[in-house]
Order: sequence, then structure tokens, then C-alpha cells
Amino acid sequence: MSTDNPPSSVDADGESEFDAAEVQALRERVEELEASMAELDDDDDRQKLTIVATQGSFDMAYPPLILASTAAAFGWDVVVFHTFWGLDILHEEKSRDLKLSAVGNPNMPMPNALAALPGMDAMATRMMQKRIDENGTASIEELIELSLETGVDLQACQMTIELMEYDEDDFYDGVTTGVGAATALQHMAESDVQLLV
Amino acid sequence: MSSQYDTTETLDVKGQSCPMPIVKTKQAIDDLEAGDVLEVVATDSGSISDIQGWADGTSGVELLDQVEDSDLYTHYVKKTE
Repeated sequence: MSTDNPPSSVDADGESEFDAAEVQALRERVEELEASMAELDDDDDRQKLTIVATQGSFDMAYPPLILASTAAAFGWDVVVFHTFWGLDILHEEKSRDLKLSAVGNPNMPMPNALAALPGMDAMATRMMQKRIDENGTASIEELIELSLETGVDLQACQMTIELMEYDEDDFYDGVTTGVGAATALQHMAESDVQLLV
Repeated sequence: MSSQYDTTETLDVKGQSCPMPIVKTKQAIDDLEAGDVLEVVATDSGSISDIQGWADGTSGVELLDQVEDSDLYTHYVKKTE
């Protein structure tokens, strides 16, 4: 059919130029497109955040938990995938004893040679803990419980659980286990915001 | 301090810092009915910007006012739906 024709569906003989089957096919295609648009609109209702938490030091445990619980307060769908040292944040016992490293930390008021001495990490951690208490900043445990309570999906990488010889029971109740990189990638692909901490 | 808003509930987050004022505000709002007004009293100076951002990015809430009085930051949040 030529596109040069005038915008009339009826030709000189009074017969329809359009093939009924063609019209039907077009109608079906429009319906299909409308249905898939509606699906996309549904998905867009909620923002999604995926954080990959790889660090298990005292200071590095905070950013993923603070962002995750805040995003949950925004009504976002939130997943935090914990892998390698990040797994310690979800480990009930270890999470209460996370350490701040004094060595290689440019914010520490001491040279690395001193920071490397025994007991320095513990001292740095105590200093930070004191500041946190004085500032009214929540504890790691509080933030984990708050995150779980507000629907954040805290995931523990299965491969790292086995690598570190942890037991699934070592983690906080409500932590998702039995997930791997493919699950993390899937969440990242679906997310509006992805962060590696 | 007297308030021009007919507040349904007051949330005291004095002494708590980020992200607690936001997270607790959200939880308190969830427990209210449409039309109710929540008064949030905080000492965290970041709460001015954070509550604004949260209210902007959250459907069903409206930030009516924020009052700064020495070290106290009071926010009035209405649940609209």
C-alpha cells in the first residue's frame, strides 16, 4: 500500500483499501504494546537500590547500612549483597566486634609505623566507638535490626560463607543465604541505583 | 513552643543522628491515618535537609513546616493518603 494515498480509508470504488487481516494484526500489536507498557509502569512505581558490601571493618560497615535503611524509609526496594569481609557485618558475633584499622588510615593522627604496633587497632576502634556513642549514631546491630524490620533484603554470599567456614546459623535472623553473584547481578540489572562499598 | 498545626503525634528523636530521624519518621507516619500531622523533634542539624529530601521523594506525605530554634529542629509532616 502506498503511503502517498490521501488519508482516506475508502477508494473511488467505495471499497476499503485496508485488508481486514492487516487491521486485525495491527490492533493485536497495539494491544500487546499497551500491555507491556502497563507492565513497565508497574515496575517503575518503586525505586530499587542494590548495594554490594565487600568490607568488614568497623567504619566500612556503616555506609551500606545507613543508605539501605534510609532507602527503605523512602519506600524503595533494597537489596544489600554481602560478600568477602562484608559478610562479617551480618555475622551476629563478629558484627559486635568489628575493628577499625589504624594502619593505612590517613585520618588517624599517627604515623603508620606507630599504628602498626600491637593494640593500636583496638585503640582506634575504641576511640571511634566513643565518638559514635557521643554522637547518638546507631550501633551496627541496631542498623541491621532496623534494616530487616523495614524490609531490606540483607543477603549473605553463599560462596563466601563456605570460604570463611561460617555456618548459616551464625547470621542474624532474617538474613538471606544461598545466593550468589548471579542473584546479585540480577538485582543490579533491575536497580535504579547500584553501589559497591 | 506552641504550634499552629494540629499535631496528632510527636516523635522525639533528640540526640539521635542520621539515619534515625528519617527511619523513625517513616515508621511513625506508617502508623498514622491520612490527614494526621506528625511533629518530629530532632537535634540533628542534618534533619532539615534530610526530612525535606525524604518528603519530596515519598508519596503520601507532605512537609508542612520546619522550625529551627537554637539547637532544636522541629518538623511537621502530614500524611496525605
